[in-house]
Amino acid sequence: MSNIEERVKKIIAEQLGVKEEEVVNSAAFVEDLGADSLDTVELVMALEEEFETEIPDEEAEKITTVQLAIDYVNANQ
Amino acid sequence: MSIEGKVALVTGATRGIGKAIATELGRQGAVVVGTATSENGAATISEYLAEAGIQGTGLVLDVASPESVESVLKTVQGEFGAIGILVNNAGITRDNIMMRMKDDEWDSVMNTNLNSVFRLVKGCLRGMTKARWGRIISVSSVVASMGNAGQANYAAAKSGMEGFTRALAREVGSRNIAVNCVAPGFIDTDMTSGLADEHKEKLQSQIPMNRLGQPEEIAAVVGFLASQGGAYVTGETIHVNGGMYMS
Repeated sequence: MSNIEERVKKIIAEQLGVKEEEVVNSAAFVEDLGADSLDTVELVMALEEEFETEIPDEEAEKITTVQLAIDYVNANQ
Repeated sequence: MSIEGKVALVTGATRGIGKAIATELGRQGAVVVGTATSENGAATISEYLAEAGIQGTGLVLDVASPESVESVLKTVQGEFGAIGILVNNAGITRDNIMMRMKDDEWDSVMNTNLNSVFRLVKGCLRGMTKARWGRIISVSSVVASMGNAGQANYAAAKSGMEGFTRALAREVGSRNIAVNCVAPGFIDTDMTSGLADEHKEKLQSQIPMNRLGQPEEIAAVVGFLASQGGAYVTGETIHVNGGMYMS
């Protein structure tokens, strides 16, 4: 597991208040991890902070699963 | 938990209700940034804050300009930290009967009184969400509920502000952000001093308390909503009008 993947999953677990083992790559924030729309915005804010990047709104809206978050960070490092 | 040390942004703080609100929040220990449309106004704010021993400053802000809002929010957040208390007070009137109302009179009131609230709130929400603490207080008007001939634009903007407040309160309540309006009746400020005496007398006769309100009487209610005591009030419009309108 890459370092980025670990960091992303840790943030997701913290932000959404779920156990890290629940944060599997295929998990969707809303359907699987019980996030509401405000949670997903805050999650993006936390990712921005952790990886010192700015995620534009139109990109942020597409990040709906754990894998998509990992992919986004990997592509924009 | 008091508001000691919280950063408060008060728009339209040069005089009248805005000045009274800035002073009240400062009295409660907040760091206050008051905004004005001119350099002179900003200097006036800095001066009265300093005189009252309140930490903070006056800044120039045109609430009708997205660029100006963005740059002021950046300055405040850089210099003082995240904004915890936002008071949308800046407002204008461009009164005219509907059949004579110009597009410009409609647009400028909407832009200054309502669009500005959208922009400022949007710019402050991230910080409040993160802090899990926030107070958004918008100064509406009794006219939003009662209507007033010659103020269709103003009434529309202020009612819009109240609806916005209820929707936002539902959105961000879970983050411990309270969103409310205070709706003044006729208050003794520059905005009302321009009214003809005859009109004023007629208005006064409709106020059970038989007098105009003072800016401090609005500020006290805003101060309550900002304080810990107001923590569980959200999505509400509090009327302060000497009884001229009872909801």
